[in-house]
Amino acid sequence: MKNFCVLFFLFFFVNVSFAQNHDLKRGDNAKQQLQKVDSHKGHNHALGDHSGHDHGGHDHSGHDHSGHDHSGHDHSGHDHAKSNKKNHQKGAHSDHGHDQGHHSHVNACGDEIHDHSAVFNPGAVAFHHISDHNVYSIGPLQFSLPCILYTHGGGVDFFSSGRFDADYHGIGRKAYNGYVLYEGQVKKILGDFPSGEVELGDHAIYAVETEVDGKKKDKFYTCLNGTKHEIVSKSTLDAGLFGGGITTFTDFSLTKNVVSMLIVCLFLFFMFRSIAKAYKTREGQAPKGVQSLMEPIIVFIQDEVAKPILGDKYMRFLPLLLTLFFFILGLNLFGQVPFFGGSNVTGNLSVTLVLAVIAFVVTNVNGNKDYFKHIFNMPGLPGWVKTIVTPVEFMGMFIKPLTLMLRLFGNITAGHMVIVIFVGLIFIFGQNGANAIAGWGTAIVSTLLTLFMMSIELLVAFIQAYVFTLLTASYIGSAVEEHDDHH
Amino acid sequence: MTGTVAAIGAGLAVIGAAIGIGMVGGKAMEAIARQPEAVGDIRSNMILMAALVEGAALIAILLSFFVG
Repeated sequence: MKNFCVLFFLFFFVNVSFAQNHDLKRGDNAKQQLQKVDSHKGHNHALGDHSGHDHGGHDHSGHDHSGHDHSGHDHSGHDHAKSNKKNHQKGAHSDHGHDQGHHSHVNACGDEIHDHSAVFNPGAVAFHHISDHNVYSIGPLQFSLPCILYTHGGGVDFFSSGRFDADYHGIGRKAYNGYVLYEGQVKKILGDFPSGEVELGDHAIYAVETEVDGKKKDKFYTCLNGTKHEIVSKSTLDAGLFGGGITTFTDFSLTKNVVSMLIVCLFLFFMFRSIAKAYKTREGQAPKGVQSLMEPIIVFIQDEVAKPILGDKYMRFLPLLLTLFFFILGLNLFGQVPFFGGSNVTGNLSVTLVLAVIAFVVTNVNGNKDYFKHIFNMPGLPGWVKTIVTPVEFMGMFIKPLTLMLRLFGNITAGHMVIVIFVGLIFIFGQNGANAIAGWGTAIVSTLLTLFMMSIELLVAFIQAYVFTLLTASYIGSAVEEHDDHH
Repeated sequence: MTGTVAAIGAGLAVIGAAIGIGMVGGKAMEAIARQPEAVGDIRSNMILMAALVEGAALIAILLSFFVG
């Protein structure tokens, strides 16, 4: 019970601080509320930063700007003289801190810009949190990662993502060699753009909702010296499911996921090397330390998964099964660590795709004659039944690894998203800071729900690693099985 | 409109998978009650079957993703 209370307060604190950090993304409305609630002086700087970018053409007299720091604002890219009349009128009768209308302004390219974070969009926040990024952020700290980007015809660019000079939301203030950073992800500017470092300013990258083939999609633009440049996402293999393009540029960078994967792999390598050494040096003795922690798990995979399914050939596939199990388990658990980047590696389709392809290749390379005979020419069936069974069995060859891929992806991604959405409930019920009491009340409920969800996710981390190993073993088992002539 | 239809489809798929996994779990409990000494075998088979049922639902959900 004591432990539970400690955990509760820890998570409550964490939830609230997370909520406050996120409130910085919202409009002045939320901020003014926050200033009352939050005595943390460090936030003022960020608040001032935000209020600075919708001042073009506004009448400053009569507004209460106390507490906002105006010095050092970058107004490049905002053309004061050009600011159109519509916006001016809107600004003239709006009162700072109460009207939502002033969150949009018109930039030098004639586009109306909505502060991308003025309205809380739970779906967008959840998708942002499960996607891969080119910066590694732990709490308020941002670590730059190396970017290796390849454009067809443009060659390879190799530089640090620190060049983008990203702000708190991961939106770069600078462009480098025609690349920009938007919400932690590298994007490319289409067409002619000066290479090298180009200063863009705060919130210079913006989304415009455009209708493409009857569907509403966000198109990204930046404005430099009155010229509008379109920005495109990197090429992805997820068929654009998470907003990627198909034929833009290829990202070989060491992203957050890659770094997490390297950390976990190195950790597993050194841990298992020491365990393997311990079996040699302490032969005949009882296991000790990490060795006794891991031994039951290894023996479990060997005795409960490999031996019953693979029979006497189990030693050939045990290394693969153990590697799969510990790789997936390690990354599942690493993604569960709160405020350590929250990397979602096993919830990334590309990663699970590779794991499934490995299972597919191992199954079919080791498949014996009987396995293929049962797919293409099922013995003991009349000819007309074979015409139905063969295509189904052939499809089954590919559907098996496909479900393997989707199951892991779906379970881990869903877990990450549910936690983000539980935290998002605070903003929905607290109306982005307008209703502080409801916000704090929801924070308590959301903390309990998050705790509950995280304990379930801990279970899911183990179950999914086990299921992936078990199913891989059973697919391999069906391929290497010796058949008696029972047909 | 397509988004709404896809959401209904995903919901129907979840109903099917829920019934399937519920039956797998229920029958496994019955089996364990009948033969408590076979709990290890029954549990691993239960998880395997539940995972296979889930696979069908996952394909449906993915299709609804692409359509919606």
